Order: sequence, then C-alpha cells, then structure tokens
Amino acid sequence: MKQRIVPILTVVCAIFAFWYVACIPMNVQETLTAAERAGAVVTPDNARDRAEVGRFALMVQNLDTLGGSWSVDRARLPAPHQVAVELWDSTWNEEVHGRRGIVKSGSLSNRSLIYHGGVTLGATVVGFLIGSGLGVLLAIGIVHSRTMDMSVMPWAIVSQTIPIVALAPMIIVVLYSIGVQGLIPKAVISAYLSFFPVVVGMVKGLRSPDAMQTDLLRTYNASKSDAFWKLRLPSSVPYLFTSLKVGIAASLVGAIVGELPVQRGGLGARMLGGSYYGQTDQIWAALFFAAALAAILVAIIGWIEARTLKRMGVQQ
Amino acid sequence: MTVIQAQGLDLTFQTNDGPVQALRDVNLTIDKGDFVSFIGPSGCGKTTFLRCIAGLETPTGGTLTVNGMTPDEARKSRAYGYVFQAAGLYPWRTIGGNIRLPLEIMGFSKEEQAKRVAKTLDLVDLSGFEKKFPWQLSGGMQQRASIARALSFDADILLMDEPFGALDEIVRDKLNEELLKLWDRTGKTIGFVTHSIPEAVYLSTKIVVMSPRPGRITDVIESTLPRERPLDIRDSAEFIEIAHRVREGLRAGHLDD
Repeated sequence: MKQRIVPILTVVCAIFAFWYVACIPMNVQETLTAAERAGAVVTPDNARDRAEVGRFALMVQNLDTLGGSWSVDRARLPAPHQVAVELWDSTWNEEVHGRRGIVKSGSLSNRSLIYHGGVTLGATVVGFLIGSGLGVLLAIGIVHSRTMDMSVMPWAIVSQTIPIVALAPMIIVVLYSIGVQGLIPKAVISAYLSFFPVVVGMVKGLRSPDAMQTDLLRTYNASKSDAFWKLRLPSSVPYLFTSLKVGIAASLVGAIVGELPVQRGGLGARMLGGSYYGQTDQIWAALFFAAALAAILVAIIGWIEARTLKRMGVQQ
Repeated sequence: MTVIQAQGLDLTFQTNDGPVQALRDVNLTIDKGDFVSFIGPSGCGKTTFLRCIAGLETPTGGTLTVNGMTPDEARKSRAYGYVFQAAGLYPWRTIGGNIRLPLEIMGFSKEEQAKRVAKTLDLVDLSGFEKKFPWQLSGGMQQRASIARALSFDADILLMDEPFGALDEIVRDKLNEELLKLWDRTGKTIGFVTHSIPEAVYLSTKIVVMSPRPGRITDVIESTLPRERPLDIRDSAEFIEIAHRVREGLRAGHLDD
C-alpha cells in the first residue's frame, strides 16, 4: 500500500499543479474584467479591445492583476478548490442546510448531486443487470453453437462501432413513442454499452479450459452440461469479473448519455444544465461525482470478486 | 484374459503439410493385470496409441478392442481411468473435490462419494489432504492426487501418459515404487507411456518399444523380473540385461533414419 501511495499522490499533485496553472490563461478575460470593475488598471482598458488580444499577451501585459484567476465567478475553467466547494455545497450543504434538503423537507433536494446521482445510479444498475445478464447468455450461446458464433459475434462488434451519443436520442424517441419513458430507456442504453465487454470476456472465459481438461471430461464420458457447470463456468469466473468491472463503468456512461437529451434529473441532466447557464463549476462537480460513483461501483465488484475467488480457493 | 487387443492398427493425421502416419500396423495384446510400458522417442506414437485405447483418437485402419468393445464404447462404459502428463487438478476444487469430480459426473451417491474419496486418498497416501487446495501441494503430491482421481471410480484399466515426466528423479523413484504397490494391491491393467528406460524396466511386465516415422512397434519385451521389486533391483544383472535390450530396440528403430 505504502509503495502505491507515493506514486499516486505524485501524479495527483502534478495534475492539480497543471490545473491551477491552466486556470490563468483560460480565465484571463474574466479575471481582468473583474479586476477592472474592482478599480484596477488593466491594459487594454476595455473588454472589447481585450477580446482582440491573445491570452498570453494579456497575461504578460497584466502580470500584477492575475491574482483573481482562481476565484472567478462562472470561470471557463474553475479552480479545483472552486469545484470542491461546489461539490460540498451541492451535496452536504444542500441536503443538511438547504430549504429543499432532506433535513428540512424530508426528501432529497432536486438541486443536490445526491438526488441526481441516485437517479443515474438506478438506471445504471438496472441497465447493468440487463446488459451483463444478456452478455452471459449470449456468450453461452456463442460457445455452444457454431451458428451463433458466426451470426451473433459480428453484430455484437458492429453494435459497438455506432457512437452511443448518436444512438441514444433515437432509443429514447422510439421507446417514448410506444409509451416507455423514465428509467427504462436509460437502462436500455446502459445495457447496450455494458453487454459487449461481458460477451467478449465470457466467451474467452468459457473457452479457457485447455485440451487436456476437456479430454479429461471425455474420459469420464461427461455430458455437455457437466462440462459447462463443472469446468467451463468455474474457469470463466476471473474473466467474468474483469468484464463486469468494464461493464458497470460503461453502464454509468450509458445512463449519463441517456439523461442528456431528456433533462429529467440525473447527473447527465446536471452536466448539460450547467453548460446552458455557464455554471462550469456545476459541470465539473457533477463530473467528479460521476467519477466517484464509477469508482465505488467498480470497487464493489472488485470486492465481490475477491470474496468469490477466495471461496474458490484461488491462491492469494 | 485379453483386455486390450490391437490388430493392424493404422492412424494417419491429415495436417497442412500433408498426411502424417502416426501409427502403422500396430499389433499388440494386453492381458488382464499386465503392466505395459510404451517407450520410444518423441513422435513414435506412444501417446497416440494410448489415446486410441482411450477413445480420444480414432484409428484410420485396423481393429482395436478394449474389454471386447470398441474404444468409444469402452470410454462410454467408463472402462478406464486416465492420468495425464500434468496433474490438471481444478484449482477451485479441493483435493477431495477433485477426486470427487468423476464420481459426481458418474452419479455416485453422496455417501459412496465420500467413502471412495477417503479410500483412494489412502491408496495414494494423501489422507489428511482432502481439504487442501491443489496449490498447497507439491508437484509430486498433485500427481498422486490425479492418480487417485483416476482410481476413484474403480475402472479395471489405468492409462497413464508420462505421469511422472515433469517430476524430479527422487520424487519419481518414490512414486514408481508406490505405483507398483498400488498395482499389486488393486490388480489393475496398466498402460504406461514413458521416456525413461529404467522407469519402463522397473515397472513393467511387458515393455513395448516404439520408433517414429511412421510410429510403429519395434520390439515387445516380456519382463522376467519378479512381481516383487525393491528399488535396488535396478542394480541386478537381470535388470541391466532387460534395459540393454530396450536400448537395442530403440537404436534399431533409428537405423533406417
């Protein structure tokens, strides 16, 4: 553990340092405007002229007035601490101290990331269950039937070449026209993204027993179902968990993409909403919240994996 | 009583480089209770012949019977236990669970399974390791467990494909000695593929010398050694004489190269 902390922290520090530095050129216009309003002398002395000048030229000409780069309201690139404050405000503060928060109103605030995260999480989990279940079934079919191997696999690969952002609105519109809306369309998009890694991983896993192990079962005159339950399925478990980890992260992306065009709650809606109103810190906060959610989901699967493999006697 | 009989057995594999004659005109009779070793260089068809007996390969000519049936029928009637070169234990099953595998597949009752697992573990001297996982055992112990797995359902024939090939000589000597005891106690018919002349001479009642291109039998040696064989029998004049004949047979097979 100790050996891992130092390199990880080094990378995190490097990212934050780069981020803080990047805030200066990214926000230079807004910083200078704010400084001018506060009475500082800025060259050129009006916003229209400044718009004609390059970012770096502005920085060089106004070195003394760049101090506000990290506290700009509606910054192009909010500083990390601004994002952290927004994260805190839109989770803990909103729920505990806000008028709409769970403490005062008894239900989650529709302005809090916890509420929106919950909406996304529901669609993610349902989509993941559908997708991974479908993926496992398809893999079993592909391994046992040459026809399915030849017919299904190419289409599974083709399905992943279509950009999901292009496909998502169509899925939503088509399902809406037959009266399905809310969680299900988002779950369908999640499932569409998550079944593929599971199919690929499980096909590889179910085919992983070597010729000797297959021959051994033939010497027992074992049936196909014996071979499946006693050899193929247990052999595929490590492959399954690896693909489930990829699958659940893909599910979350699918749910978020499914929320972009609908604007009825969820982290995706929150991100797009933030971009409409120039509230970049809201976008970033939602982004980090989604990343944390993905990390937690992957960690949960990793924990189940460790427990399952331990029970299966795998060498620690 | 004849258990395995091959007459004019041919097997030709079709490969991308053209047909390869793996076995040509193999004639052999194995009687009940025989310990038969197949020895020869790589590519002589000794493993292929064993796989034919097991019904894992299909000969392209000649006849082969196992217990009076075709090899495939014999396989379906679970006439033999097969030990591979690698132990091939399932890592997710305990040693007991691995030995139980064929018993589960063959539909033995739970009590019968437990009884047979205990009995075969005792037979290979692994009692007390039932709950251990394969990775907790040494290579030699793993191979003993795989022999127990092949013995657990009590088939009359035991086919072994270089079972000790991957083990060091000290472990191999010990396992050879144990295998002889086991053969003596169970009265099984054993087919045993090996690379090692001392191993073949020490274990066998019948040594089948084979040579490659095409795979064929060059000599069948009936051993004159007694059934009771301590390890130091390998220093006796009789042993050395048989080993010499095996070596001659192997050399003869290479003369036409």
